Amino acid sequence: MRVLYFAWVKEKAGIAAEEIDPPAEVATIAELIDWLKARGPEFENAFAPSEVIRAAIDQSHVRHDARIKGAREIAFFPPVTGG
Amino acid sequence: MIRVQQEDFDIGGEIEALKAGRGDIGAIVAFIGTVRDQHGAVSEMTLEHYPGMTETELARLEAEANTRWKLQACLIVHRVGTLRPGDNIVLVVTASEHREAAFNAAKFLMDYLKTSAPLWKRESGPAGARWVAADPKDDGAAARWKKRAAE
Repeated sequence: MRVLYFAWVKEKAGIAAEEIDPPAEVATIAELIDWLKARGPEFENAFAPSEVIRAAIDQSHVRHDARIKGAREIAFFPPVTGG
Repeated sequence: MIRVQQEDFDIGGEIEALKAGRGDIGAIVAFIGTVRDQHGAVSEMTLEHYPGMTETELARLEAEANTRWKLQACLIVHRVGTLRPGDNIVLVVTASEHREAAFNAAKFLMDYLKTSAPLWKRESGPAGARWVAADPKDDGAAARWKKRAAE
């Protein structure tokens, strides 16, 4: 699946987009965040604190308990500040 | 109708286009959000967004407004890219037969846009650059419409 990062999450992670293939036991957004954080300090930092990070699956807002199975595109970003 | 664009919008032209050839509109409300310099602290604002999802969210908000109020027309234009103090950021225009629907729908659209459209502001000025933090007041403004849904 493709993962996208925006705003300060992107800056801290040092990457805008990547293809990932997490193991099957990573079933939810919250578990995916933990899995991504374990890959290195830049991701640990990008997702801290992880409660404030918003997520979208296939361009729809989802909560952290949403299941990621079948997702083509998952995005992580800070609370939005448009308008 | 919704649009996401870098270029500025012509407020008068947009309103004229929206009501051209129509005799069923009795009230038009326009909201324009602009860049503040915050007493010299901000010299530039850059708006980043999630291409695709921004358009999807704005269209969803427009559809939601149309289910809540009888609107004759609705327009949301949001700019992205680098802007300066005084520049336009967002335009919301709502048109209805009577003013109440247009006023309420315009406020609803702005309140929801601020909490759900995937756009992020980065301000820069003499003290450096920073991502704008979300304002909890905006969540409260959007939540008020949820309570009203039952009314």
